[in-house]
Amino acid sequence: MECVFGLVGNGFAIVVADTSAVHSILVHKSNEDKIMLLDSHKLIAASGEPGDRVQFTEYIQKNVALYHFRNGIPLTTAAAANFTRGELATALRKNPYTVNILLAGYDKETGPSLYYIDYVATLHKLEKGAFGYGSYFSLSMMDRHYHSGMSVEEAIDLVDKCIMEIRSRLVVAPPNFVIKIVDKDGAREYAWRESVKDTPVPSA
Amino acid sequence: MKLDTTGLESLPTLIAPQNDVVGDLSAAPSFDLPNSNDFDGFVKEAIQMVKPAKGTTTLAFIFKEGVMVAADSRASMGGYISSQSVKKIIEINPYMLGTMAGGAADCQFWHRNLGIKCRLHELANKRRISVTGASKLLANILYSYRGMGLSVGTMIAGWDETGPGLYYVDSEGGRLKGTRFSVGSGSPYAYGVLDNGYRYDLSVEEAAELARRAIYHATFRDGASGGVASVYYVGPNGWKKLSGDDVGELHYHYYPVTPSTVEQEMVEATGA
Repeated sequence: MECVFGLVGNGFAIVVADTSAVHSILVHKSNEDKIMLLDSHKLIAASGEPGDRVQFTEYIQKNVALYHFRNGIPLTTAAAANFTRGELATALRKNPYTVNILLAGYDKETGPSLYYIDYVATLHKLEKGAFGYGSYFSLSMMDRHYHSGMSVEEAIDLVDKCIMEIRSRLVVAPPNFVIKIVDKDGAREYAWRESVKDTPVPSA
Repeated sequence: MKLDTTGLESLPTLIAPQNDVVGDLSAAPSFDLPNSNDFDGFVKEAIQMVKPAKGTTTLAFIFKEGVMVAADSRASMGGYISSQSVKKIIEINPYMLGTMAGGAADCQFWHRNLGIKCRLHELANKRRISVTGASKLLANILYSYRGMGLSVGTMIAGWDETGPGLYYVDSEGGRLKGTRFSVGSGSPYAYGVLDNGYRYDLSVEEAAELARRAIYHATFRDGASGGVASVYYVGPNGWKKLSGDDVGELHYHYYPVTPSTVEQEMVEATGA
């Protein structure tokens, strides 16, 4: 089942998400990217109902872009997180989006940051966070091995530890994960951790 | 929930019929209510019972030459087979197909609706809509009706300016891009055959046979799937129906009856 987690290191933030699209007992897809680039320096990893997940993250992405377009200044990570929270809170009493979000970003002034936003619109600024069944394993793993000011190598090592633990202890463990990173050079995909590969298809 | 029917009961007696001829006409309309404590649950169950095309097997996959789409043709209402000749592959336009799983009416209606929207896009923009665009059009409509009882599980397959395209769209608002999908109650069986025999560099004939075989094996194990296995191919020049084979005949084609040795014969009893 769904596993999303992330952490802040020295000058960067990392988010990891599983890439399975599951319907009851069927895995429809094992390379579904659940981490979206919000803008050049922000990542949004979401878990929850597939419809809500896509609709909500796209909505946030477009509104962040609109803000930048109108004002010529991008939202800070804190502002984007508060905006996201606000939208979730407004929707909560009408037709709630069942999405849990980890928002990672890098700002010139404040450096890297990670925000935890769940579907009932709780907002937390954290240095490490997790959602889904994988959180039971990755949270304790990160509590034990995390320290502030981790290097990229140390962080990736910890991320791999978490993935291995999930794969070996979680019954409904997803096979594949995507790791994305954001630092002063922007948000980008870092690596995939795949144990099941879809038949490779040359892109059209 | 208990329904208060006291208001309805008193109505017919208020307007008493004067004579037999006018009586039936002037009487307030009334109808029998189901004898159930859980009225909402009864209605929900009743709707599910008459919602056809619940059990289904459909599949589609992208390969070297294009997209192969296949489906069975059975419609069932609970345990009753209501039709053995349903068109579960819906032709949206000459370059795009949709598959039908879930509620038949919901699928037919929204595919027809999507066809209209795609044609309007074509007229407005002087070019055909992309598969990506069309599938998103449908997904957004279904998402806007989410939780209101629509039941749709569909694949949008087609050929556009970027080549072959395949998307899975459902009434929960989900939309997935992919190369290989199967939808419906028979889909696990179909996936088994499909995943095993799939290669990207399949020829059209091989791909069609793989699709047909996957549908056949799904109909063999899944009671709610059956009828004929239809196979469509979408290539650069649009879609083409390749075959429609009765799965019963396919069975004897794949597994011909071999005369078995007689183990014991009945012999006339001799004497008394």
